[in-house]
Amino acid sequence: MASDIIKKIKDANLLGRGGAGFSTASKWEIFKATKGNLKYIVCNASEGDPQLSKDGYILKHHLEDVICGIEIALSTFPGSRAYFYLKKDYYKKYSSQIKKIAKDLPIAPFEKPGHYLAGEETTILEVIEGKNPEPRPKPPYPSEKGIFGKPTLINNVETFYFVSQIAKNQYRGERFYCLAGDIKNKGVFKLKDQQTIREILKETKNLPQYEFFVQSGGTLGKFLLENEIDQPVNGLGSIVVYDKRITNSVLLAQKILKFVIYQNCDKCTPCREGTYRLFEEFFKKTPDQKILTDLFSILEDTTLCPLGMIAGGSISSLYNKLINGKTDIKNK
Amino acid sequence: MAKLTLKINNIKVATDPGKTIAQVAKENGIYIPLLCNHPDLKIKPNCRVCSVEVRGQKRLAPACSTIASDGMEILTASPRVKKARKINLELLFAQHKEECSDCIWLSNCQLLKLAEENKATINRFEDRKTDYPIYSFNGVIEFDSSKCIDCRNCVEVCKNQGVGYLEIYKRGHEMKILPTEKKHIDCIYCGQCINHCPAGSFEAIGEFEEIERPLLEKDKIVVAQFAPSIRTSIGEEFGIEYGKVVTEKIVSALKKLGFDYVFDTSVGADFTTAEESKEVVERIASGKKLPILTSCCPSWVRYIEYYYPEFIPNLTTVRSPQEILGGLIKTYWAKQQKINSKKIRVVSIMPCTAKKFEISRSELSIKGMSSVDYVLTTRELARLLKKHKINFDKLKPQKIDNIFGEPSGAGVIYGASGGVMESAFRTTYEKLTKTKLEKIEFESIRGLEGTKEAKLAIGDQSYRIAVINGLGNAKEFVEKLKSNPDKKYTCIEVMACRGGCIGGGGQPLPVSDEIRLARANGLYEIDDKLEIRRAHENPIVKKIYAEFLDKDKHLAHSILHTSYHRQKRGKIKTIS
Repeated sequence: MASDIIKKIKDANLLGRGGAGFSTASKWEIFKATKGNLKYIVCNASEGDPQLSKDGYILKHHLEDVICGIEIALSTFPGSRAYFYLKKDYYKKYSSQIKKIAKDLPIAPFEKPGHYLAGEETTILEVIEGKNPEPRPKPPYPSEKGIFGKPTLINNVETFYFVSQIAKNQYRGERFYCLAGDIKNKGVFKLKDQQTIREILKETKNLPQYEFFVQSGGTLGKFLLENEIDQPVNGLGSIVVYDKRITNSVLLAQKILKFVIYQNCDKCTPCREGTYRLFEEFFKKTPDQKILTDLFSILEDTTLCPLGMIAGGSISSLYNKLINGKTDIKNK
Repeated sequence: MAKLTLKINNIKVATDPGKTIAQVAKENGIYIPLLCNHPDLKIKPNCRVCSVEVRGQKRLAPACSTIASDGMEILTASPRVKKARKINLELLFAQHKEECSDCIWLSNCQLLKLAEENKATINRFEDRKTDYPIYSFNGVIEFDSSKCIDCRNCVEVCKNQGVGYLEIYKRGHEMKILPTEKKHIDCIYCGQCINHCPAGSFEAIGEFEEIERPLLEKDKIVVAQFAPSIRTSIGEEFGIEYGKVVTEKIVSALKKLGFDYVFDTSVGADFTTAEESKEVVERIASGKKLPILTSCCPSWVRYIEYYYPEFIPNLTTVRSPQEILGGLIKTYWAKQQKINSKKIRVVSIMPCTAKKFEISRSELSIKGMSSVDYVLTTRELARLLKKHKINFDKLKPQKIDNIFGEPSGAGVIYGASGGVMESAFRTTYEKLTKTKLEKIEFESIRGLEGTKEAKLAIGDQSYRIAVINGLGNAKEFVEKLKSNPDKKYTCIEVMACRGGCIGGGGQPLPVSDEIRLARANGLYEIDDKLEIRRAHENPIVKKIYAEFLDKDKHLAHSILHTSYHRQKRGKIKTIS
């Protein structure tokens, strides 16, 4: 049975939906091979990214299927217990319902503290242990040493939903996308995975007629110009469309960086100081190109967790494609 | 287990599995800079200065936390590594207000060394913390938050000490380290935050600004005494090897600075031992107030008074060595020399920041005078010598002033964890059995292990003792004592700092277990070589008891004993 479901997941080629896109079957295989009498499973529905609402959508429409997915995991990994990790309002809305559906299954709802980084997988371990929401260095990976040193499997709520679909032979290779920005049909859509952004926009009748650019992969996702959208969504399943005629890219950079300088955990130098100095630079009349490229490089190369790295990537794409040399930086 | 082979900078090296890249590099003499890393503390890895390039990995890896694996190819100084190191250092400097002339790291600054090595422009970004305030912890320890580089070593070491006075406040770029507002927590002045801060944000109050003060009292007779543990540590400040005994150089250095007389606090320790062992014998006989807790460590005393006042009666009432010697200087010695004791100033050179607090305790005065007027830490004395351009290494050794004679070996080992207990039982054994102890080395209670327990067979009795270093270990131990009162101990020695006074908060920087052991071994070497190794056999102890202390019991009590009480929370002053 156990190897059965892992094989089915492998055949379905399901990739984790938390943003990193790691093969779910490989993750489960590694977790299965790790020795331990007690193992933890975490269903992550912490959705801290302001551009996302698909976790909430799945909880609202498919909660039973999600719990079915967790149940499959529980039976696949002997001696395991599960946490259903939810952000505050989801916890309020769904925790009693979860308990009701889960009945005797060892699934405990857990409320996430109000902090963006508390949704990052190693940070979840710290939070559940009652510590400050801060990332841990990897390795060791959670699958080897997770909550209280026990092997821990962390999957996104969407991943668990699709595991249950796979078990029921109902998986058709889809994923959930959140569409937002300067478009008409906003909301959550279940569409084919690996579709290109252009196809998604077309299919949902959102492809703009005006000059535009998009950000895909969450608030810290990369910016893409019109001619770059013939590629699938990378990372988190979101697409935000910006009307190029009315968007002030410098303000946009400031807004994203403001989010980062308040939401980073302050542990590592490049993220704490680097994003702060980037923020500073975008308030200058002309940012110092050398400083920007230096800061992008250390964010890319040396941050402790992915937060600073993807933030740097996001801002550098915005800067290089839409700010640098295009317009003067207008302050305020 | 099979060896791993890997390449560092294209040099093939072999090593055992389980080590970090930084450890493997160090073994092979390859330099990787470490900044937030301290051997006493967990690997964080926060500062990212140790980033190296690992072939096949997309991003740079922190050498301090990345485990080396077979076949790894590592570059420690590639252009990419150097560039990242330079930028991260520039960012660190942008949160650190430089006040180099007034910094405990002075000639030994890691940050500046790294900046030079990596050609970092230390003022590339504007300092963002210039307005950050200084916090004074009850006028004993000072934290200048405008120098803090957010590495969190202080928070961790304070927590390890069982105190948790320093806390992280807010997050992101707003993150700050602050003294806690929690009423049940207070600083105990151990100074370990000072020893573990790579950025010099912490210091003892007056460290450097006020060190000249004792010497400016020209109309006074200024007497110096120096603690046991100084003699194997101060040399480090002048490039002398770790653990080297420099007792007689200290004497000539102090004389050269202008101190009128120089005495050895280890002699005071012999009095502490003599008196304390009387108390041990008495309490064993009466069975009351056991276990007896040592009280030479002022941080530990304050810890008990603040956190576990129910154990106050267990503290020995015998004063610490500096206080006893200070008291004897102002009474016995003043009388001998026919000096008005009000004209004497006693200055203690101590390995300790909490000793600065100890001398302010009103219970410790004699006839309205303080026994000790000033405390300078080891670091402060070194600074004073450098300022006066006294070349310590070249000084001619000089004997201490002989009025108080030489200490016994027992008085010298006070500076290492276990030393007080060992000294006490070298004496107590003879008091209890009336026979001479043949083997006087108590090896089982020496060393750096946090909690050392032993059972001593004395006569037909057996006594359980414990020796603890590091307050965090003491906290655990006290909790166990409370939950398991049936396990009876006779004596418990506690030193707040790891390794005892040799690892004190006033000692030279840097510190590690290797350094602590070298300093302790130096003390044991002195003890080994001395003829008199038991406190009660020290002729000066016998003489002063016979000629002075035994003749006026009341005065003797006021010199040798003290009292304790619950402590109020210290004030936090914010200086902006």
